[in-house]
Amino acid sequence: MRNLIRRMVGTPAGALFGIRGGVHPEDRKALAATAAITDLPLPPLLHIPLQQHIGAPAQPLVQRGEVVSKGQLLARSQGLISAAVHAPTSGRIIGIGGYPAHHPSGLLVRSITLQPDGSDCWGELPAPLVGDPVTLSPEEIAARVAAAGIVGMGGATFPSVVKLNLRQRYALHTLVINGAECEPYLTCDDRLMQERPVDLLDGVRLMARALEVGQVIIAIENNKPAAQAALRNVAAGDPWITVVGLPASYPMGSEKHLVQTLCGRETPARGLTADLGYVVHNVATALAVHEAIRYGWPLISRIVTVSGAAISRPQNLRVLIGTPLTHLVDACGGFSQSPELLISGGPMMGQPLPSLRVPLVKGSNGLLALSRDEMNATEAMPCIRCARCVEVCPCGLLPLQMAATIRVGHPDAAVGLGLLDCIACGACAYICPARIPLTRYFNFAKGELTARQRDKHKQQETKRLALAHQQRIEALQKAKREALAKRKREMAAAAEAVV
Amino acid sequence: MITAIVIITVLGIAMGALLGYAAIYLAVEASPLQAEIEALLPGSQCGQCGYPGCTPAAAALANGEAVVTLCPPGGKALASALAEKLGVTVDLSGVTDKAPMVAYVHEQLCIGCTKCLKRCPTDAILGGPKMIHAVFADACTGCEKCCDVCPTECIEMRTLPTTLQTWYWSLPEVA
Repeated sequence: MRNLIRRMVGTPAGALFGIRGGVHPEDRKALAATAAITDLPLPPLLHIPLQQHIGAPAQPLVQRGEVVSKGQLLARSQGLISAAVHAPTSGRIIGIGGYPAHHPSGLLVRSITLQPDGSDCWGELPAPLVGDPVTLSPEEIAARVAAAGIVGMGGATFPSVVKLNLRQRYALHTLVINGAECEPYLTCDDRLMQERPVDLLDGVRLMARALEVGQVIIAIENNKPAAQAALRNVAAGDPWITVVGLPASYPMGSEKHLVQTLCGRETPARGLTADLGYVVHNVATALAVHEAIRYGWPLISRIVTVSGAAISRPQNLRVLIGTPLTHLVDACGGFSQSPELLISGGPMMGQPLPSLRVPLVKGSNGLLALSRDEMNATEAMPCIRCARCVEVCPCGLLPLQMAATIRVGHPDAAVGLGLLDCIACGACAYICPARIPLTRYFNFAKGELTARQRDKHKQQETKRLALAHQQRIEALQKAKREALAKRKREMAAAAEAVV
Repeated sequence: MITAIVIITVLGIAMGALLGYAAIYLAVEASPLQAEIEALLPGSQCGQCGYPGCTPAAAALANGEAVVTLCPPGGKALASALAEKLGVTVDLSGVTDKAPMVAYVHEQLCIGCTKCLKRCPTDAILGGPKMIHAVFADACTGCEKCCDVCPTECIEMRTLPTTLQTWYWSLPEVA
């Protein structure tokens, strides 16, 4: 209501709107916030998964034993939603096969194993595009972004080119650069904004050109004043680029809630922010776009925060894609105590990791090793219906009710309560005094519903195939009968002619 | 007097015609139950229930001649769905939920006899005379019909492995 009134009567420029719910977890960013980005040395082996993005896995183009140069295309994207994979360094392909995935299941996923030769020499790269972004064509920028295999680097790993091509279907007016970094512990985006503001802003301009929008908002939470200052400084000459400070709250970095904070309007259920004319990209994606266009470099490395109380020296590292995580921990001085839990990403939305053998992928923004003290690992207790989860849910759902229906085996009923609008931010599970793993329930139900959908689809396809089979057999039999009858008639006619 | 006769006659004809057309246009088709049951069944016409296909099986279920646990590929989920549809109680303890299976051809044993691919109800086997056969795992329903006809017993039923696309979180332990 307050938002509605403010939208109607107008607000001073730069004023922000409130969002529902949200929590304020202790941010623990001080652990790694002062550590400048350092390059990790070449590991002895790289395991590069073919599926590091949402969509279809990439199709390998190299064979075992082949020698590849840095930046060479290893696997091309196939299908509309997919992303190419490139060689992070020069070396020899020593295998293509199953390797443990960067995924809580620990299942094997098709990966290319590369043995670096140490020379780290670039192969042939597409010629860099130079000049002011407005002189470049949007199609060319989008094509370069696709060729470089760039995906959303805030963790969602959605192929960026698909989002850059949204202008073909939506009336867009604003590009929002997401520098909220609302997850506790993570500081990689903060460091990136502080250390590379000029390159970052160039990437932002290129993306704005690709989207053909006239306004850019760089949104940064107020707990990162140095990053805000750095970007305000370089963007001072561009009145169409504004740097906005956001109140520090979780989940401010969720793109739908970020847009709501900026414009006061909610994204329609199961819609996109593009429905409101906004496209949101992460800061790390903007840097990747800059490097792809200005140097022709594909996405072969990323900046990742290694933190947590069990890490000796928390740091922000620039790491080649495919580096086994154990090298990251070693570079940070190893474990200071035995970790209770390893997490990929932030503590709120991150996924537990089965081991440190798994490789770093395009979407990993954090590696956390949490100690027992940080975990708050008490047993789950029965729900007391205090409704604190309802208060904090940024989507206005009833987490306790949804979890109760899922627990008794009715995920469909949970859909009626808005399960598909849940963004799995984990605010409910964080605030729950009974420590009920609410997000686990929702993840289970979403998976269960997808599996049912798959089964139903298979059943329909089976019916179609069975029907086609039946019709074919019947047609064959009919043709056989007719041929037989024809031959009989001919033989009878021949016999008559003889007589 | 004549007016009354005309009115009653016209009314009678009109009502009669209305009723007659209503009987044609608002007719209730023969029991929709069979079609509804058939929609639930897997539809691969595998015949493991003992009936020649899913349509006869649905007819038998609708007439109360078959038990709801008849379909092995459907498993527990189908048995309970059928019981709910037919309003009967069912003891599910005897029904085993088989993990989804797909056929696999051992290439060194296959002699290319084409018996299995003729038998496959969903055309999930590819091959030709004296050529090694292969199975399209996506189209295979795991009905095991091909196993029965293979002269060299080279077809094995394997469980479908979980992949990153099919994996999902399990339900947390109840507090």
